[in-house]
Amino acid sequence: MVDKKVIEIVDRIDTSQVFSELSDAQSGGICVFVGTVREFTQGEEVVSLEFETYKKMAIKEMDKIASDAVEKWSLNKVIIRHAIGLKKVEEPVVVVGASSAHRDACFEACRYLIDTLKETVPIWKKEMFENKTVWVSAHP
Amino acid sequence: MEVLLFGIAKDIVGESQLQFTESDKVPSSVSELKRMISETYPEFGKLTSLAVAVNSEYAEDNVPLDRNDEIAIIPPVSGG
Repeated sequence: MVDKKVIEIVDRIDTSQVFSELSDAQSGGICVFVGTVREFTQGEEVVSLEFETYKKMAIKEMDKIASDAVEKWSLNKVIIRHAIGLKKVEEPVVVVGASSAHRDACFEACRYLIDTLKETVPIWKKEMFENKTVWVSAHP
Repeated sequence: MEVLLFGIAKDIVGESQLQFTESDKVPSSVSELKRMISETYPEFGKLTSLAVAVNSEYAEDNVPLDRNDEIAIIPPVSGG
């Protein structure tokens, strides 16, 4: 029996796992969002991103988001997995997904999962450029 | 009292923890902690937002602080 919710902070994300983790006999739809490292930010070339977290709190906040989504959209399964450490261009850094009886629920839930994660979960991203580093969103 | 620091907060202070030792200078609430660190390190005042977690939950300004609490400064988050 696989858990209904998968909440994890890992060093490296394997995106091939997620289908079997969300697959479910009661679900007619699975929706997944993968966030990856983009090469250019406002015209500047990013060498890599570095993520750090306050893990204990991040897991709690991710669990709240997942529980809220399960309740709101009657999801059968939900996953929130975020990577930390140094990530290169094109590497996956976050995977969120949901499975539900019909597709509308998992599409909406998936957007809620990633949008809320970005607002509340204590994870910080540092952009490393050729000659400087910037903590994302730190300054207005 | 120990306060955990992450992200840009760690860079501003230059340490991963802040220590409040003298009893008359230990912050008694979230708002007092915010005021004290912003006075000592004016860079905190330039951030988009500044939150505090008490026992790994976001805490409002009026929440009292106890020496045994796990307290953390939460600068603007940027996961995803």
